[in-house]
Amino acid sequence: MPIDKIFKDDASEEKGERARMASFIGAMAVADLVKSTLGPKGMDKILQSTGRGHSVTVTNDGATILKSLHIDNPAAKVLVDISKVQDDEVGDGTTSVVVLAGELLREAEKLVTSKIHPMTIIAGYRMAAECAREALLKRVIDNKENAEKFRSDLMKIAMTTLCSKILSQDKEHFAEMAVDAVFRLKGSTNLEAIQIIKKPGGSLRDSFLDEGFILDKKIGIGQPKRIENAKILVANTAMDTDKVKIYGARVRVDSMTKVAEIEGAEKEKMKDKVKKILGHGINCFVNRQLIYNFPEELFADAGVLAIEHADFEGIERLGLVTGGEIASTFDNPESVKLGHCKLIEEIMIGEDKLIHFSGVAMGQACSIVLRGASHHVLDEAERSLHDALCVLSQTVNDSRVLLGGGWPEMVMAKEVDELARKTAGKKSHAIEAFSRALVAIPTTIADNAGLDSAELVAQLRAEHHNEGCNAGIDVISGAVGDMEERGIYEAFKVKQAVLLSATEAAEMILRVDEIITCAPRRREDRM
Amino acid sequence: MALAFDEFGRPFIILREQDQKTRLRGIDAQKANIAAGKAVARILRSSLGPKGMDKMLQGPDGDVTITNDGATILEQMDVDNQIAKLMVELSRSQDYEIGDGTTGVVVMAGALLEQAERQLDRGIHPIRIAEGYEMASRVAVEHLERISQKFEFDISNYEPLVQTCMTTLSSKIVNRCKRSLAEIAVKAVLAVADLERKDVNLDLIKIEGKVGGNLEDTELIYGILVDKDMSHPQMPKQIEDAHIAILTCPFEPPKPKTKHKVDIDTVEKFETLRKQEQQYFDEMVQKCKDVGATLVICQWGFDDEANHLLMHRNLPAVRWVGGVELELIAIATGGRIVPRFQELTAEKLGKAGMVREKSFGTTKERMLYIEHCANSKAVTIFIRGGNKMMIEETKRSIHDALCVARNLIRNKSIVYGGGAAEIACSLAVDAAADKYPGVEQYAIRAFAEALDSVPMALAENSGLQPIETLSAVKSQQLKVREYPFYGIDCNDVGTNDMREQNVFETLIGKQQQILLATQVVKMILKIDDVISNSEY
Repeated sequence: MPIDKIFKDDASEEKGERARMASFIGAMAVADLVKSTLGPKGMDKILQSTGRGHSVTVTNDGATILKSLHIDNPAAKVLVDISKVQDDEVGDGTTSVVVLAGELLREAEKLVTSKIHPMTIIAGYRMAAECAREALLKRVIDNKENAEKFRSDLMKIAMTTLCSKILSQDKEHFAEMAVDAVFRLKGSTNLEAIQIIKKPGGSLRDSFLDEGFILDKKIGIGQPKRIENAKILVANTAMDTDKVKIYGARVRVDSMTKVAEIEGAEKEKMKDKVKKILGHGINCFVNRQLIYNFPEELFADAGVLAIEHADFEGIERLGLVTGGEIASTFDNPESVKLGHCKLIEEIMIGEDKLIHFSGVAMGQACSIVLRGASHHVLDEAERSLHDALCVLSQTVNDSRVLLGGGWPEMVMAKEVDELARKTAGKKSHAIEAFSRALVAIPTTIADNAGLDSAELVAQLRAEHHNEGCNAGIDVISGAVGDMEERGIYEAFKVKQAVLLSATEAAEMILRVDEIITCAPRRREDRM
Repeated sequence: MALAFDEFGRPFIILREQDQKTRLRGIDAQKANIAAGKAVARILRSSLGPKGMDKMLQGPDGDVTITNDGATILEQMDVDNQIAKLMVELSRSQDYEIGDGTTGVVVMAGALLEQAERQLDRGIHPIRIAEGYEMASRVAVEHLERISQKFEFDISNYEPLVQTCMTTLSSKIVNRCKRSLAEIAVKAVLAVADLERKDVNLDLIKIEGKVGGNLEDTELIYGILVDKDMSHPQMPKQIEDAHIAILTCPFEPPKPKTKHKVDIDTVEKFETLRKQEQQYFDEMVQKCKDVGATLVICQWGFDDEANHLLMHRNLPAVRWVGGVELELIAIATGGRIVPRFQELTAEKLGKAGMVREKSFGTTKERMLYIEHCANSKAVTIFIRGGNKMMIEETKRSIHDALCVARNLIRNKSIVYGGGAAEIACSLAVDAAADKYPGVEQYAIRAFAEALDSVPMALAENSGLQPIETLSAVKSQQLKVREYPFYGIDCNDVGTNDMREQNVFETLIGKQQQILLATQVVKMILKIDDVISNSEY
């Protein structure tokens, strides 16, 4: 009896070994794709969008690469997802997490072909991951107490993060900038307060951190270009045609004179509003919405600097920096908190005029101005800096750090190997495989740097046999070296997230024994 | 297709457009239906039990779901066959009624169909098979009742409940932290349970998930979690002893609901309207302030000016809160939902000990915790996990665990899991078969055999020798009468005694499984004619 098909027309079903194969291959393909970007000598990728203009992105950031891929393989989507989460959660290690998950699956595939059940592998991986985490916890360094040392830790972390990026040439410079910026946040993780302004021209070295605040706007014509001891009102209010909003009212008249009258009344209303605003005793007014010519003129007459159309984040940041509140009504000038700053002036970066607020009341927010040869460089620099800032702000909260350069992987691998020896049963194969997957990360780093990975990793393993060793791969000199001396540090939180989410993803994919693909939704009606 | 002809050789047309339809009848129809049902059951079979595998489902829009939950798999599978759809319905109704055992019920139905096919080959009429199944299911359900055990727990000693929930969770991907999740589920259920009436309203438990962190960070919040933040960035992020005004009216300029418009045709009118406008927002905010509210939660948006006034008067506010969440907040804080500013009074305010905003990760994601509510009968389970699919799967698993805990509060009887109950029933049904005269006897024996297929699938998925293991366990059960606790040792613990392993299932869940599966199989067996539109 032929079985009627159960599924709809275009749906497909893959079972058992085939399904497992499909997901392994998909996941490994994605991992291999980003593998070559890992480490300080990793290469970049060019991404060309299919949208209009075929805009080009050059990047080395795993999450960015994977985000822009159109993937059909469901297992590969899982990996893309973990990389995205890693980006949102800790900001860095987006490539490592995918590579580790890919390696775990590659090892799992070998075990499956040698007839070990996926559930056994999962059980082994779980034990191994737990043991690896313990191993890391045992070796963390925490310098929270010692402010000076902590700062130098942060510097080193920032430098390690940046050295795999386009900014590696000027990593000290940028690391300094990132650390300063994060310290200004005083423990908050709100990276919104750090504004990054990109201006093409100059070289990366010309980038700088500004302790004040820079708004990418022009000053209205005829208004003062420089204000000392500014009192700033930050507002979000309509300064164009201030309509009557209630009861759905509209203007309907039957003669021209009446139009003129009402227009006059509207003008009067605007004038009143401006007067009220001026009543706050300010000399700078920043609005989120447009300011029409008429009120602008009024402001200019009063000698008040009016800045229109600052976007919402700009407003929020400005509020944060100057300590003012974002106002929308102006009836009680005595109780509105105004923002203060020592000096507002117009500055030039490259060819553009920007407004610079310096000597602000609250130093939480700051601006980083990036300079560079092209938009692509700037975009990539921004991503790199963003990674560094994320890691740093997370580290400020969780101050535990580890050494870098493949050191944590080797430490974990050693402990996991030990566990494998102690474990009875088939699980020990899986645990061993886990340690092999961990070692794959330093191997990849060495490979990408064009070094003899087999030799280096073997040396490293031998070194790690000694208790309390700090050896890792030093890509610059191409040899095994002491990571503490070289100042290569990583944040514990990043490493832990990489380990746990890679294991979780691998486990998830391993558990699958059947893939059912629904018929794609038809889109004719939209064409 | 069989056609009838009159004496001139013309066919009688009975169905409209008869030649465009395909028709299966008699034994062919039954065979085809059984094959389809079996095909569905076969897909789920490998997901059964603690060592069951997951399915990866790719939806029509390319979204990926990875799950182990029978109901979800079938729901997302997008089946086309009518009988397969029946199986999907079957699993769904188990999900609605009980919430757990959705895979088991389909596997059982599949096994029953398989046995029915064998009986059909012997020449037994489908109706006789159906009737035999009916009798057998009655025997099985009664036997379950007999072997079930009362299960004692109360608020202070909820350990047994946790054990049961752990059984449910152990078959899911979250079994890494099944202990903590089971505890969370039980605590949540106990928090909202009405132990007097033995009823649990699961709507009061909100399950919220956010990507990031890891599974261990999942927590139970005695209060409500809303995925929103304060409307104005400079409002306070933490409010103690909050008096909450829950509004469903917007802080926006009012619009007449009728189609009339106010026309402005003179300057005076313009002026008056302008004045009214200014007053309007002021009054709205003042009303909230007057009744003593310290937090406003609103279903709608705010006008910029209103927003600033709220901020200015030091009245934090949350906007665009969904209707369901609003209701939950109202229940939790003991407040009333107020549709108009005029109706706001001090009694209608909700009270919460602590409202705070918490941010996550590096992106700008904030959530609002409303805790220490006046009426603690609303809780939130907040799930964290490495990726989206993990969170979704955890949500489903927690839902299953919640259902199990609820069922236990409703009915304290349990049976032992790991296939122990099925084996016990199988033995009972087999023994009962001989008492029935007539052909049904065969169907009853077939039923007993079908019951064996659940422990068999469990053993198979756990990598044990299915037949060997089953026969060993069966003989063990037979040896010690009235001790139906031997099941399949899926976790390789070393004992077959499910009491020692703490593997329980609820009695009503198991009974429902048997009843539902029998019903569907009976329905399928009774179909002897399938008329369907041919495709082309």
